[in-house]
Amino acid sequence: MTPLLQVKNLAKMYGARIGCTDVSFDLYPGEVMGIVGESGSGKSTLLNSMAGHLTPDRGEVIFDTRADGPVDTVTMSEPARRMLGRTDWAFVHQHARDGLRMSVSAGGNIGERLMAVGDRNYGNIRARAADWLGRVEIAESRIDDRPSAFSGGMQQRLQIARNLVTGPRLVFMDEPTGGLDVSVQARLLDLLRNLVREMGLSAIIVTHDLAVVRLLADRLMVMKDGRVVETGLTDQVLDDPQHAYTQLLVSSVLQV
Amino acid sequence: MSDYNFAYLDEQTKRMIRRAILKGLAVPGYQVPFASREMPMPYGWGTGGVQVSAATLTPEDTLKVIDQGADDTTNAVSIRKFFENTAGVATTEETEKASVIQTRHRIPEAELSEDQILVYQVPIPEPLRFLEPRETETRKMHALQEYGLMHVKLYEDISQHGAIATSYAYPVKVAGRYVTDPSPIPKFDNPKMNMAAIQLFGAGREQRIYAVPPYTEVVSLDFEDFPFEASKADHPCDLCAAEDSYLDEVILDDAGNRMFVCSDTDYCRSRRDAGHMGRLSEEAA
Amino acid sequence: MIELQNVSKSFTLHNQGGAVIPVMEGASLGVAPGECIGLTGASGAGKSTLMRVIYGNYLAASGRVMVGGVDVAKAAPRDILALRRETLGYVSQFLRVVPRVPTLDVVAEPLLAVGVAPDAARDRAATLLAGLNIPERLWQLSPTTFSGGEQQRVNIARGFAHSYPAMLLDEPTASLDAQNRATVLRLIEEAKARGAAIIGIFHDEAAREQVCDRCVDVSAFTPKVAA
Repeated sequence: MTPLLQVKNLAKMYGARIGCTDVSFDLYPGEVMGIVGESGSGKSTLLNSMAGHLTPDRGEVIFDTRADGPVDTVTMSEPARRMLGRTDWAFVHQHARDGLRMSVSAGGNIGERLMAVGDRNYGNIRARAADWLGRVEIAESRIDDRPSAFSGGMQQRLQIARNLVTGPRLVFMDEPTGGLDVSVQARLLDLLRNLVREMGLSAIIVTHDLAVVRLLADRLMVMKDGRVVETGLTDQVLDDPQHAYTQLLVSSVLQV
Repeated sequence: MSDYNFAYLDEQTKRMIRRAILKGLAVPGYQVPFASREMPMPYGWGTGGVQVSAATLTPEDTLKVIDQGADDTTNAVSIRKFFENTAGVATTEETEKASVIQTRHRIPEAELSEDQILVYQVPIPEPLRFLEPRETETRKMHALQEYGLMHVKLYEDISQHGAIATSYAYPVKVAGRYVTDPSPIPKFDNPKMNMAAIQLFGAGREQRIYAVPPYTEVVSLDFEDFPFEASKADHPCDLCAAEDSYLDEVILDDAGNRMFVCSDTDYCRSRRDAGHMGRLSEEAA
Repeated sequence: MIELQNVSKSFTLHNQGGAVIPVMEGASLGVAPGECIGLTGASGAGKSTLMRVIYGNYLAASGRVMVGGVDVAKAAPRDILALRRETLGYVSQFLRVVPRVPTLDVVAEPLLAVGVAPDAARDRAATLLAGLNIPERLWQLSPTTFSGGEQQRVNIARGFAHSYPAMLLDEPTASLDAQNRATVLRLIEEAKARGAAIIGIFHDEAAREQVCDRCVDVSAFTPKVAA
């Protein structure tokens, strides 16, 4: 099987300072990978470098495109990369306002990607928006409300619907449950798990919450000072951590 | 004649503006940045259109200036006087006789010909501004033809009003490439943009010039199931009985009486001169 | 089906001066299809550790851990995940689920993961839950709020939902009443009958006698404390 994403020796520098470096891994279709580490460990830099929001200094990010097979997205043309960002890729921001148009209705937010790829049938766009509102458990009657009238958890679910409506194959998530109440978090986690399974999504989730990755991620990558210090099965890394830093990280989690 | 250089602007400036106009004509619908000058009138009064007209006029031209279709409103009168004083060109109120027509928010009803130039005054040249405030981003969207956002605006219209409620400044796609703001003309005028005359657009405050060459395809954006409609008030003109012209609604008294009249004053006058009579012709005359 | 060869396991505690604690060495055993093996040995002898090594939850330090043709000690994460999805079931002592998910869906999930239609999966889940005396009114609730015994039975139902060819059972009968204990033992017998290779830990000697074909004392794998 061809990996959906192959990252090879990816590095991003901020001047002389390391953002992230020497990152390599393969992600296969349907796999969910977690990236954990403390603030400043380079996990968000890595995510943004992979998703094309930052330009890496070295390395390749090879995506298995539908049309042409594996292509390095770092060197591909900007229009092609942006097109990928609207179709096969999705990016869920930690703060919903970074990923939503706050002055546009919920339906318009979901419909934008459809219109961006050429859907010109209002009835069809609206029906799909309504369907996705249902799938992320937002009442259809809220379709014409603006996200500013939504709670934090609803905004985050709307952001997910907006991202998944075009049926992407790879989702980047930056702390998707950060800043939410635990009850809202649980609901979102359940939703994400079901969507991942139903749609066969591959996902890369950056978080500092080990409980989140235990429930969502198949595999784990632990980062410290811009480098990957440990990788493996999520439960193996968490239950039998090999690296000193991972052991410290796991043992530092507060027990409820 | 006056002590002004011909048409107020110095020759260097006019050359700079002409280069922008030519580039605009070469890339239909593309917003060309230009070094907009201070004009002796406030922004919002047509400084962009005036600069484009100044760079376009020759001493042999005949100028017509309209504001919302009318030749006799303050803005139109002022600009016409401005060019009478600074360029000494002939002016007219008759559409057919004009070689350059500067307009604010209308396209004349009479069909324009190949030897005419229509100059629009534009307040906000960027059609994507409403949804994406970053100029860096909108320029990239134009460059990459990422126009999905424009339809989001129309979607919002339909979801809120049950139909595309945008009635003026209705976005168009020029020559199958650039999504363009047609300036705040009523959408009734949009189909007329497929015309024989040259169309030039000047935005003074925003420092942009764009153009539509003659016979260029101009398509109003829409949805398959909500097609574009060039709407107007469902009335004949109360003065000249025209059924095909864009109408202004005029409130007559406190009792709610109203009349509909052609917004294009020259069109209305020429029809009345030809003997057409509307519902209120006698009283109005 | 399950074949261990000379497996060892140690923990290195980097944050406590790099202390290395060997917990298992020279572990070898084999389980054939249809066979059930009971792990015995005193508390702390390493029964659960051995199971976790087989499941891939703990990383073996050396040796081969073959399950259905995959060496768990060396396999890539996605191969181990495929193994866990298709081949190797594990009933642990603790239920770990996403909060808020109804019990019925928790039990049906392993079936959905292997592509069973949702309705069929829920039917099977309902049968198992009913058999283990979880009242139907609880099925739409999350098991996180259940009592310890109920959670354990939900865990067993989940473990037996899919017909895994190999299974690891960690104290499946502990703290169950006689009736539920009998149900669990019957589930184990049924799994054996369809050819599953099973490794179990049973403190309940009668249960062990009933289902295990033989026993392996893990004390034999405990490193001799030399230092």
